[in-house]
Amino acid sequence: MGEILILAEHRDSEIRDITFEMLTLANRLGEENNLTVTALFPGYGVSALAGSLKGACDRVLVMEAPELENYNADTYLAVLEGLIRERKPALTVIGHTAQGMDLAPALAIRSGVPLVTDCVDVILKGETMDVQRQIYSGKIQADLVMKPSETYLITLRPGCFPGGSEQGKSADMESLSPPEWTGLRRQFVEYLEAELEDVDITAADILVSVGRGIGKMENIPVVEAFANAIGATLSCSRPVADKEWLPKSRQVGTSGKTVKPKVYIALGISGAFQHQAGMKNADTVIAVNTDPKAPIFNVAHYGIVGEILQVVPELTERFKKE
Amino acid sequence: MDIVVCVKQIPDVTDAELDVNKDGTGIDTEDLETDINEWDNYAVEDAVRLKEALGGKVTVITLGDEDSEDVLRHALAMGADKAILIDEGGFAFSDALGIAKGLHGVVKDLDFDLLMTGVQSSDEGWGQVGLILAELLGLPYASLVVGVEPGDGQATVLRELENNTQEKVTLPLPAVLTVQTGINVPRYVSIMGIQKVRKIEIKEIDAGDLGLEPDEIGAEGSSVASIRLSLPPVGEGAEILEGSMAQICDKTAQIIRDKGGVA
Ligand SMILES: Cc1cc2nc3c(=O)[nH]c(=O)nc-3n(C[C@H](O)[C@H](O)[C@H](O)COP(=O)(O)OP(=O)(O)OC[C@H]3O[C@@H](n4cnc5c(N)ncnc54)[C@H](O)[C@@H]3O)c2cc1C
Ligand SMILES: Nc1ncnc2c1ncn2[C@@H]1O[C@H](COP(=O)(O)O)[C@@H](O)[C@H]1O
Repeated sequence: MGEILILAEHRDSEIRDITFEMLTLANRLGEENNLTVTALFPGYGVSALAGSLKGACDRVLVMEAPELENYNADTYLAVLEGLIRERKPALTVIGHTAQGMDLAPALAIRSGVPLVTDCVDVILKGETMDVQRQIYSGKIQADLVMKPSETYLITLRPGCFPGGSEQGKSADMESLSPPEWTGLRRQFVEYLEAELEDVDITAADILVSVGRGIGKMENIPVVEAFANAIGATLSCSRPVADKEWLPKSRQVGTSGKTVKPKVYIALGISGAFQHQAGMKNADTVIAVNTDPKAPIFNVAHYGIVGEILQVVPELTERFKKE
Repeated sequence: MDIVVCVKQIPDVTDAELDVNKDGTGIDTEDLETDINEWDNYAVEDAVRLKEALGGKVTVITLGDEDSEDVLRHALAMGADKAILIDEGGFAFSDALGIAKGLHGVVKDLDFDLLMTGVQSSDEGWGQVGLILAELLGLPYASLVVGVEPGDGQATVLRELENNTQEKVTLPLPAVLTVQTGINVPRYVSIMGIQKVRKIEIKEIDAGDLGLEPDEIGAEGSSVASIRLSLPPVGEGAEILEGSMAQICDKTAQIIRDKGGVA
């Protein structure tokens, strides 16, 4: 019986959510195609941690080596190329994460497997595969039919499938010995955590969050005045932090912070998945955007189609104390 | 430090309403402005800064149509020294590998210490071309780069991970880096700046010059059999507040008071 292989992702002794999301997808595809689901768990001193995948797949392959303690493109390339060539999984699934984005393209070339990155859904039918992607910052959906192949590789966008460590399975645990390491070029040095920050946006009850739609830095005081009037903390999307209009510590999203305020007010933010990942669990989301089709309106509870610079000053007025 | 940077021209869709073309394979681009791919702008800036600090030359390459000359002029105005345009003829419906093969055909004959691309293109968002190039060239690489410090025969590089965390790695040179936004604040390019570089000659190359067979690139070389684009279905979505601006603001203020406990 053929198999689907997923690459378990973990960091700092914690399994990353994407691992279980990939397993949810893999189990569905496995059932539909009569394939077993195997999770590869590379690391060092991780056998106990790997055990937590037992309920979510058919087989866990644990590979331990000092060289695998932290993710490194070169070691992971060697491990996965070997495994794909040997086991010829019908499909290999890797997370579309900082790790998976780094690994998948070179792996596809090295192992000669067709790759589709940043998939939001997949249909596997024997030796053909259809995938769904979102392009143009989520404004367009793309449905791709892949040419037939014995084996495919995809990276899965985080947040598209539910996770969960109990998926009605009971996996066999196997340990694999690592390959011989040759030609290691890149070296991991250390992780760096963000520096001390001015405010903690994760502690705020209300966030006024500003995106690229604010236009220019000179307009920031308009939203700042609004935030002050309602006792909110100011946060932002990535481009605003990239341009240094607000400090990086204010950035909401996958590469910034995950927030869960009572109210999240998104001003001129399109709602890219990396941004949504950081705010979609807010209790109430209010979005102001000139584009009625902006993806942010899919996760917002209330929407205002309009210009920030018209809406926000008038709204601020409502909270002025006489 | 000699650096090669791959840059792509993209349709600017930020404030645009998009429509899919008749056969569903692309979007209507007539009404759209073009721009340098956001990530590539950061890559060019970083390359030029390294050159300014350490000496050397910056070469920019694009694969595109005639209009892509604009993106090369933009990079030249930022401080790049040489520009190469690979004609996109034959590359229609290429996947990321097809595009990378075209770029590889040129890059493999260049001398460089660093090859930089953006993390991803804002239109297709494969996030693949730079790392495929690295593998085709047999070079070490790092993606999602937010800091570069060249040293003796190697570079120390910061990679962006999730949750405000970074990873420091070292790579022997030459190496390939895919650059993430926010690594710097790119300089502004004025019309005057473009004027100043308009006489710099741009080298033009096509698929034939690169010895690429038609079945290696384009639709034939792609792993994708067919593609169908559509506007995403509108989900449950938000309750859109209607009425005059005053009414909308009244309602919104009430929601903020109710849900946020604001007095
Ligand atoms: C690896 C990686 C990690 C990332 N991490 C993050 C992250 O942590 N956080 C994050 O936010 N992004 C992140 N991004 C970037 C993300 O993909 C988007 O590019 C980004 O979120 C877009 O920000 P934005 O919505 O502010 O800008 P845009 O997408 O440019 O949207 C601007 C919006 O403003 C609207 N607008 C324009 N003018 C006005 C006006 N006058 N009034 C009202 N509305 C207006 C427009 O209609 C548009 O919807 C990441 C990307 C990558 C590749
Ligand atoms: N047609 C192209 N010409 C030059 N560079 C490109 C082209 N397509 C992609 N790239 C480079 O590869 C990066 C990643 O693109 P992609 O893999 O399409 O997301 C971009 O940021 C560019 O630096």
